Amino acid sequence: MASVVAEHDDHHDHHDHGPEKGLLRWIITTNHKDIGTLYLLFALVMFFVGGTMALIIRSELFEPGLQFVDPQFFNSMTTMHALVMVFGAVMPAFVGLANWMIPMMIGAPDMALPRMNNMSFWMLVAGVLLLAATLFMEGGAPAGGWTLYPPLVLQTGKALPFAIFSVHMLGVSSIMGAINVIATIFNMRAPGMTLMKMPLFVWTWLITAFLLIAIMPVFAGAVTMLLTDRFFDTSFFNAAGGGDPVLYQHIFWFFGHPEVYVMILPTFGVASTIIPVFARKPLFGYASMVYATAAIAFLSFIVWAHHMFTVGLPIAGELYFMYATMLIAIPTGVKVFNWTATMWKGAMTFETPMLFSIAFVVLFTMGGFTGLMMSVAPVDFQYHDTYFIVAHFHYTLVPASVFILMASGYYWLPKWTGNMYNEKIGRLHFWLSAVSVNILFFPQHFLGLAGMPRRIPDYAIQFADWNMVSSIGAFMYGFSQLLFVWIVIDTIKGGVGKATDEVWEDASKHGLEWTVPSPAPYHTFTTPPEIIPTEHL
Amino acid sequence: MSLDTEQKNRRLVIKLILIAVLMFGFGYALVPLYDVLCDITGQNIKLQQSATDPVHEFVVDEKREVTVEFITAVNEKTPMEFQAETRTLKVHPGQYYTVNFKAKNLLKTPIKAQAIPSISPGLAESFFKKVQCFCFETQLFEAKQEKVMPVRFVVDPKLPEQYKIITLSYTFFDRTNIIEN
Repeated sequence: MASVVAEHDDHHDHHDHGPEKGLLRWIITTNHKDIGTLYLLFALVMFFVGGTMALIIRSELFEPGLQFVDPQFFNSMTTMHALVMVFGAVMPAFVGLANWMIPMMIGAPDMALPRMNNMSFWMLVAGVLLLAATLFMEGGAPAGGWTLYPPLVLQTGKALPFAIFSVHMLGVSSIMGAINVIATIFNMRAPGMTLMKMPLFVWTWLITAFLLIAIMPVFAGAVTMLLTDRFFDTSFFNAAGGGDPVLYQHIFWFFGHPEVYVMILPTFGVASTIIPVFARKPLFGYASMVYATAAIAFLSFIVWAHHMFTVGLPIAGELYFMYATMLIAIPTGVKVFNWTATMWKGAMTFETPMLFSIAFVVLFTMGGFTGLMMSVAPVDFQYHDTYFIVAHFHYTLVPASVFILMASGYYWLPKWTGNMYNEKIGRLHFWLSAVSVNILFFPQHFLGLAGMPRRIPDYAIQFADWNMVSSIGAFMYGFSQLLFVWIVIDTIKGGVGKATDEVWEDASKHGLEWTVPSPAPYHTFTTPPEIIPTEHL
Repeated sequence: MSLDTEQKNRRLVIKLILIAVLMFGFGYALVPLYDVLCDITGQNIKLQQSATDPVHEFVVDEKREVTVEFITAVNEKTPMEFQAETRTLKVHPGQYYTVNFKAKNLLKTPIKAQAIPSISPGLAESFFKKVQCFCFETQLFEAKQEKVMPVRFVVDPKLPEQYKIITLSYTFFDRTNIIEN
């Protein structure tokens, strides 16, 4: 990375204005920090909305038999939980981080397209509200799974067109966000901030943004085909008219597989940012990290049918998608080894962001290994659509993406608010999360291997014990997250005292954001900082 | 932001929007592309909607027996009754057989319906040859009409040994609206 010699200049000559007063500030703001905050808070709220849905699912599955909800509503919950978590929580949270941090990390005064930035946030809110509104419509919310497979999803009641328009809006919002990120990174870097000096968080977001631009339109196309099949008598997926429902699965997963990397690549970026600071060493293998990210992004486009091994692919197709999928383990392995090597013989300390990051490396690797198991086409027939796949992708999303989002919260909150968070409560939050997330998801591996299918409200009694354990873990995990809300509020109100500008020991060697005062002023780097290479590059 | 940067931004944004629009088109391009790929791999039954031509004489393998099962269904809201007169049939590869299916229109108005076949296991599909089938074309049913419709088929003796049971399934779809529009 690079460090800065010029002092941050607070007293510039521009006709600068601070934030607007009152509520209107948040509606019309074009400031990257304001919009970042909006995104992050919105994602936090959605995390609890989606989490409540998950707890409804886990309550129903606590015991065999039907207890609380009817099966239709249960299916709506699995569908909506996924859509809310993916499009309402994880993706917006990373967009929020991008807004806050990318300009500060590359020495830019703001995002390249500030007004579009505002628009993409409010479009996201509108899209998510529209999606939430389907819960109250005749026939209920979509209940065919987040993948929206036809013909099942076409049986949705009045909610179908609303769900589809909501997906369109979320897509447009993501594409605008991605365009903004690319324009900012390409055109707004401070002089001297070459591409290969950019922090890895910026790199991973640049690649993610390209993924988003490539895939969100494809998804928009797929749901538009669903819409015309249902209302305008087209037959893209309708066998009677010469269409084929399997075609939808191909189009969906052409979007869907890169989409899961949209949620994990920025995670890798944050982990690569945090681990070196607390290991007090430069990141091991910076260039290989960049190339590995690009390799993963490229591979994500050519492996989609590994989600469809049981659909009746030709044997050559099964073999190709099996081997191509296995290839992903190589760049991912490069990353895991690099993080480990970064910590090797480092002077490590274990503040909350580091704890979450280390847990991420360990638990993400486990999620990666189960993914490798499922890449083997012949054995995937056993795992397909069971709780094994549920355990797999939750390991790659919760103790990976969500843990890293928590880590970034702890890592940058002092910079955002100017106050230090309560380290004791932070560590308590970490340990409760790390223990309960394993109680929650680990038993689901056993359930899946024993044959329990996903997306069912009731199950055979031999699955009872592990389901009960998993549900207990779910409630522990869910309620532990309230500690994070408490910490965010407490830190905004003052926390345990003022944070220094650098916050973490020697952090300014690792990123430009630590060279500006805490809290970060409303406008930073209105004059570009001077970038000088540090010794380790 | 300098004018120069603004211009650079505008140019980049136009390019990126163009990529997004192209990718939207690519989603639609996958539809014909899928048909082509299915054609090459011979996977998709919807492309084998015509008779095996011309009627080929196979050597009948008297020693081998394959069970063929017949399954029928009507798609959601299709107003029909549909059954196979034979549920299962033991066949010798190479020998021609005919089985009858019975379908009835439950409405007091005529409907046009299309039967879509599916064969399981999928890899046995190319060895199951039909010379006559009601699924080759859309069927017109007058009000309350009941029809008996034959399927004439042969199992290719080249069918690999491991296949002992072949399941042939038909689903009737109401196409009246699609055709009239």
